[in-house]
Amino acid sequence: MGEVSLIDVSKRFSLRIEGKPQIVRALDRLNFTVSDGEVVALIGPSGCGKTTALRIAMGLETATSGAVTIDGVTIKGCGYDRGIVFQHAELLPWLTALQNVEFGLEMKGMRGAALRDTAMKYLTLVGLADSVKRRPYQLSGGMQQRVGIARALAIDPKVLLMDEPFGALDAQTRETLQSELLEIHARTKKTILFVTHDLDEAVLLADRVVVMEHGRLQEIFTVPLPRPRGDLSAIRGSDVFAQTRYRVWRALHAGAQPLH
Amino acid sequence: MAELADNVTTISEADEIDPGKRRVPRWVITTASIVILLAIWEYFGRDINPIFGSYPSAIFAAFVTLVRNGKLGVALLQSVQPFLLGYSVAIVIGVPLGLVIGRFWIAEAALGILVTGGYAMPLVALVPLLVLWFGLGFAVKAAVIFLMSVFPITINTWLGVKSVPKTLIDVGKALVASDAVILRRIVLPATLPYIMAGIRLAVGRAVVGMVIAEFFTSISGLGAIIINSANNFDTATMFVPIIVLMVLAVGLNSLIGWFERFVAPWQAEIAGRDQS
Repeated sequence: MGEVSLIDVSKRFSLRIEGKPQIVRALDRLNFTVSDGEVVALIGPSGCGKTTALRIAMGLETATSGAVTIDGVTIKGCGYDRGIVFQHAELLPWLTALQNVEFGLEMKGMRGAALRDTAMKYLTLVGLADSVKRRPYQLSGGMQQRVGIARALAIDPKVLLMDEPFGALDAQTRETLQSELLEIHARTKKTILFVTHDLDEAVLLADRVVVMEHGRLQEIFTVPLPRPRGDLSAIRGSDVFAQTRYRVWRALHAGAQPLH
Repeated sequence: MAELADNVTTISEADEIDPGKRRVPRWVITTASIVILLAIWEYFGRDINPIFGSYPSAIFAAFVTLVRNGKLGVALLQSVQPFLLGYSVAIVIGVPLGLVIGRFWIAEAALGILVTGGYAMPLVALVPLLVLWFGLGFAVKAAVIFLMSVFPITINTWLGVKSVPKTLIDVGKALVASDAVILRRIVLPATLPYIMAGIRLAVGRAVVGMVIAEFFTSISGLGAIIINSANNFDTATMFVPIIVLMVLAVGLNSLIGWFERFVAPWQAEIAGRDQS
């Protein structure tokens, strides 16, 4: 199981703008549920609160009001039922790829031979079995992010949370990692909630796309593409992809227009 | 799958491949610089009244005399022992103190101001008081050396903790690590380059502290040779301990640099910094 629900989640904080305290509403009564094994994309313009929502779901930030539940249980801070992948991998630079994955397992309390075996298993899953001895600065951006994904998956969370995981990568590496993520999802059946600003990525990977605007949920789209989605280039050329992409694009634009 | 796997070069290899970058080895330039300085000093120094100045060959002669009569060896031992004690205690106390001040706002609010103030404290003025507390021997020297070096180590460590990216702390938090584990396994390694810089800065301050303490007590150590020979207008002899101290400080500095590359090899490679 691995069902995530955001229930009436609001986040307010006060900022001093030109000396005057102002209340900023980062999130305003956000409600949505990601069912077990589902992939959901959070999309919206910069500053719409999508990353804040993800960090609250992880427990790295606390909501001003509302709650996040995993399988119906309200979360209190971070936990091993959730794993997070950061935008820039955030590997510990003094550890090798293997040690970075082992670090997560060690925090979870794993010791001894199982530590290395489990870390190796997940590094193999992300295709890095040959580079486990390298330190982060000896890895390309794409390889670093694979280690980040392996570190998050290794603790065997129910839910994988990803904050613009491929946003900092070049287009080709991004496409490779997108199809690998689909493979990993097909194999592990993890629930995945990811933040992106890339419309194509949202439609290609997700079962549903949540469009956010000014801290509020604007609309939720179902992506009627079948799984497994083996050939991503074929999907990109399909009518279903184009139509879904257009619907989400229109929603994004409708939301963005009042600003101009 | 393994993009870039074959064409990733490490920085040290890249240096060797780049042709026209290093034609003359670094140490040759450093040696030449010292030799030229000594030559100029020798040339002009000989014309100066030996009370007002000295020159390398006279200083070397005084050095040989001090070594032969054993005074230099005894003085060196009298200076180095309290130096090592005061300096090591400063590291042992300064590093954890800086980590705690940097990480916990309550410690920062309570102790930060004392450390900043302590760094600027005119310690020279307090030495007579310290002599009253600790006497004229070993203890007062160690205390002065400790007080001179503990503050730069603490402040650098503190600044280092402040510069650890928040996202690295998030990695620990997301893995439900306790504050103590985050401090030891994430903050400490990330702060190491700053800590080493503080430890290096402290060498110079510790040497100054040692000499100041020995000036006031003027009965033992290298500082005593300096002040006693200065009082006798024996300028050449006065320069011997000064130069010995400079050589020791430079040696200690490169030892620390070597140690830093040993404990934090990733840092030099990330920064692309070469040997210094």
